Parts: sequence; structure tokens; C-alpha cells
Amino acid sequence: MSEKSRRKASGAKPRSGRPKPSRRPAAPLPRCQLRWIAHARSGDKGDTANVGLIALEPEYYDLLKREVTVARVARHFKGMVSGVERFELPNLNALNFLLHGALDGGGTISLKTDAQGKVYSTALLRMEIPVPPALARQVKPRPRK
Amino acid sequence: MAVKDARGGTSGRVVRVAGGQGFWGDWLEAPVRQVRGGPVDYLMMDYLAEVTMSIMQKQKSRDPKAGYARDFVPLMERILPDIVEKGIKVTSNAGGVNPRGCAEAVLEVARRLGLAGKLKVGLVTGDDLLDRLDGLIASGHPLSNMETGRPLADIRDQVLSANAYLGMGPIVTALEGGADVVITGRVTDTGLTLGPIFHEFGWPTEDWDKVAAGTVAGHIIECGAQCSGGNLLKDWRSVKGLGNPGFPIVEASPDGSFVVTKHPGTGGVVSVASVSEQLVYEMGDPHAYITPDGVADFTSIQLKQAGRDRVRVSGIRGGPRTPMLKVSVAYFYGYKAVGTLVYSWPDAYDKARAADRILRERLKDLGLDFEQILTEYVGASATHGALSGPPDPEAPEIQLRVGVRARERAPVERFTREIAPLVLTGPPSVTGFAGGRPAVEEVVAYWPALIDRNQVEPGVKVEILET
Repeated sequence: MSEKSRRKASGAKPRSGRPKPSRRPAAPLPRCQLRWIAHARSGDKGDTANVGLIALEPEYYDLLKREVTVARVARHFKGMVSGVERFELPNLNALNFLLHGALDGGGTISLKTDAQGKVYSTALLRMEIPVPPALARQVKPRPRK
Repeated sequence: MAVKDARGGTSGRVVRVAGGQGFWGDWLEAPVRQVRGGPVDYLMMDYLAEVTMSIMQKQKSRDPKAGYARDFVPLMERILPDIVEKGIKVTSNAGGVNPRGCAEAVLEVARRLGLAGKLKVGLVTGDDLLDRLDGLIASGHPLSNMETGRPLADIRDQVLSANAYLGMGPIVTALEGGADVVITGRVTDTGLTLGPIFHEFGWPTEDWDKVAAGTVAGHIIECGAQCSGGNLLKDWRSVKGLGNPGFPIVEASPDGSFVVTKHPGTGGVVSVASVSEQLVYEMGDPHAYITPDGVADFTSIQLKQAGRDRVRVSGIRGGPRTPMLKVSVAYFYGYKAVGTLVYSWPDAYDKARAADRILRERLKDLGLDFEQILTEYVGASATHGALSGPPDPEAPEIQLRVGVRARERAPVERFTREIAPLVLTGPPSVTGFAGGRPAVEEVVAYWPALIDRNQVEPGVKVEILET
């Protein structure tokens, strides 16, 4: 019953899971920061931060599930966390990540500004994933400044 | 009150539980507006974070009448006339490590307000295990740390407080006994919501789906406005009226479903997004959200917008409670201090880094022994670390933030005297030290453990106190 998908790492290739394989392997998919397709909230439990990543639209959930893998999240937070677990909540169009060892001891011991992991959520939203070109156009971010 | 359900029929009475405080220090106007802004049946107020009990224990050791959330009493003074007039009941774990002292203070206020004979206070005790620790350890209950596996005996002489998390049971008992205000120690935040709903509907406490539903309701409102527009990331600019944030209200139905809403005319928003963000807050394994009352499966929750600022929550499944209760132990760990200075453009980041190198050299020369020294650059990378990218050379200012921690007080004390000297002996264009020397803080750490519920539950007591 558990959808704990530690193992489902889906490799390191950024183009591993596009929806309709067209025969143009050379053209890289556009990349999109998670902030444009998801929102998130984080909290703590001891030295573990959790990040709930929620699709902004229900139709983005499968993309998140496919691309925001344990392996990629672990790489994103390299040097900041000691381990990553992922749980799926299709009913909320959400993924829950546990980021172990993220809080420098956590609770009252931690010296960090973000000792309770409150903004690890937005740190995850910095991550870029490959998205279908149509989606990239649809969510096209406003140019920064 | 009868409301239309989705099929157009009436689903009978609803029980309205309002969230009034999400933590000790939350907005003081919220409970007042909750009881005056529209109909509610219950007001629940959660005061206890993980280490709050140890702060209260310390206060109690200095003054035997202290040891509870003190602002609860003046707050009750403001709302007691309203709740008596309207028949609203209150559940709160404001009692901390001295629920009796808290209950007596509330009774005294009630008498002063002329409410003698009109108010009953339910007092729940039995969560406090501090005086029983040696006996428990000796009789084979090691209270091992759930994260590290170490037995409590390792830190026994540093323990400041130890409390088992109780569930809804004693709250239901107190309400059955006619209590208008139920004051507890370490009862779970979810129990404060489950108790009223189970009492009103007379549900058996072993109806696990209902337990799970009430648990989810409690989890949604336990952080106050954090489910109704506060701290909401999705479209945050579109959240209006947070000058008067509407705190959440659960309208529970007899079928176990409920609606999350807020009073009309208040700010914020109750939407699928606002509730979803709160649901994932502090989440572990969503299949098993464990409380003393049962285990809720968060992957079964269905959310639906059911009107403006109304979200219907249904479909929740759960499983039986476990034989264990969680115990929250707080123990003395050591000391820490954090010093900050602000460096300005040009080269703000480089100046801050240079200051850090100088400070560390001085600490080293002094031979101070720290368990950890942590440097952060606020405005460059303090919260997102390396993910922040290279620092902006044009940044108008950067705050240098250095924290130290040690088992002994002396090195931390000495550190606090090394920040200000940097102003005249370090890199230029520095400011922001008006606050003076940083304070040395005692570090009280949290030790989560489990205990057989049979060791605790027989000692749980419910008393009904009359004004």
C-alpha cells in the first residue's frame, strides 16, 4: 500500500520521461522552475524538514510525480540534506518530501535562521524540471526585473 | 442548525468548532472575534509546541502558581461573558505543566466578572510524568529517543519536563460532566477538536473513520489562520484583508464529513489551496498520521470548494489507535547565542565574509571551545544556502549572522562580547548593532519517546470545578 518511492529514482537523464515521445531526440525540452507549476509548504519534525509540493493545476500532478523524483530532489539539496523520502498524495495533487538532516540538529539546538524548515518549501520551488513545450509557453514566467 | 447536503437533503445538526489560537503567541484578537463574529459552538485553543512545556516547567519551579500559558487568563477574562451568554464551550491545553493553577485563575476571573454559578471548568491532569520517570525506567520503560534510540537514562539528570500526549478521552469526559471550559496539560492539538465533535455526536471512540475525520479537522484548524489565508503561498498577492484575518471554523456533520469556513466579513480565504497547504504542513507518512486517538490516512482526504470560503472535506479513512502514547521530554542541553551585524554597499557581502574570518580568528585565539559555529549571510544565502546562487555584488546590505553553541556557558558568554568590537576593529561600513550584546540562551532540547498507554491512562483525572 505504501507508495514510498525511495527506489523510483528514474535516473539522472533530464529527458527521461516526456509524455509523447516524438522523434527528435536532439531537441531538449524547455526547463521550468517548479514555482510556476506548484505551490508548497514546509514544516519540521526533529532534524527532518518536510516539504509538501502541490500542483497548481490538477493536470500538472503527473508531471510532478514523474519529474520530481527522490534522486533529483536529493541532488537539488546536495550538501544540505542527508536523505530524501517521497510520498504521493494524488487526492491532493501533492507529493510530500521528507528531507532528513536538513535542520542542523533541528528544534532548539539548531543555530540556523530557518531552524524549523519553514522556507525549505520555496527552496524546492527553485528546482527546474523539463516540461512539454506547450506547458512551458502556458506558464511562461514574467521576465525577472 | 440544519444545512443542505450535496444531495439537497438535510444532513442534520452541525457542530461548529472554531480555532482561536494556533500557538502560544498567536494573534490575541482572534478568539474574541471568533466568539463575537458569528455562531460557533466550541472554541479550541492550542498553546503547546514541543518545547513549550519545559519553559513552563522552569516558570513553575520559580513560582508554584505559574507554569501555564499566562495570556490565556486575561483572554478568557475578555470572552467569558460572551461564551456564558451564548453557551459556547472552550477546549484548551493552555494548562501546560500546571493545569490546576490555570483552572483556578480562570475560576477567579469568572467570579470577579460576576459569573459565579454560571461556569464550570473541566480540569484534566495525569499527563505529567516528571515525578514518575525513575519508577518507569526502573520498571522496564526506557523511554528511548524515537530518533536516536538512546535510553532516557543517558540524560536523566538533565530532564526538565516529561509529558504524555493525551487524546480526546478526558475532554469528552469533561464535557459530559457539564464543563464549559476544559483546561488540560499536554493534550494533542487534534484532541481539542475531536473531543467536542465526539461528545456532540456521541460517536464511539473506536469508530476509526470518524476518529480520522475529526483528527483531520483538528489538524486543519490547529494552526489558526494558516489554513485560511495566512502564510498561503499560492497567489499570495490575491489574499485580501489579512488586517482582520478570519480564523477557521469547522462545521462537522454527523456523517463524518465537515466544512472548513470562517466568519463572514473577515479577511483571508478558505480554498482548496489554503486547506491543502495546511494539510501537508509538518506531514510525515501521509498514510499514517498517528495520534493517541487513532491513525488517519491523509491520502483518503477529498477536498471540494463548496461556496465562497467554504471547503468540504470528506472520504476520510482511518485505523485503530496504537498501544503506545508519545511522550514529550524536554532536557537541558547547553547554551547558545547569535550575533548579527549589517554591512552596506559597496561589497557588502565581501565585507561580511571578511568580518566572519576575523571573528573566527579571535574566537580561536581565545581558545574557546564550541560545539558549533554557524555563519549565515542574511540577504545572500541564509535560508536557501548554495541554491541562492552567487551573491549580488551590488546588494545594498548584507547581514552577518553568527551563531555558537556549547555545553558550557562561559565560551558562549565570551562570544557575546566579540561582536561589538568588530565595529571599530573590522571591515568598514558596518551598522545595525544598536541592540547591544547578544543574549546567552539556554538550549532546552526535545526528546520524543513512546510509552505503553496502560502506564498513563489509569492516572488521567478529570475534575469539574464550580465557580
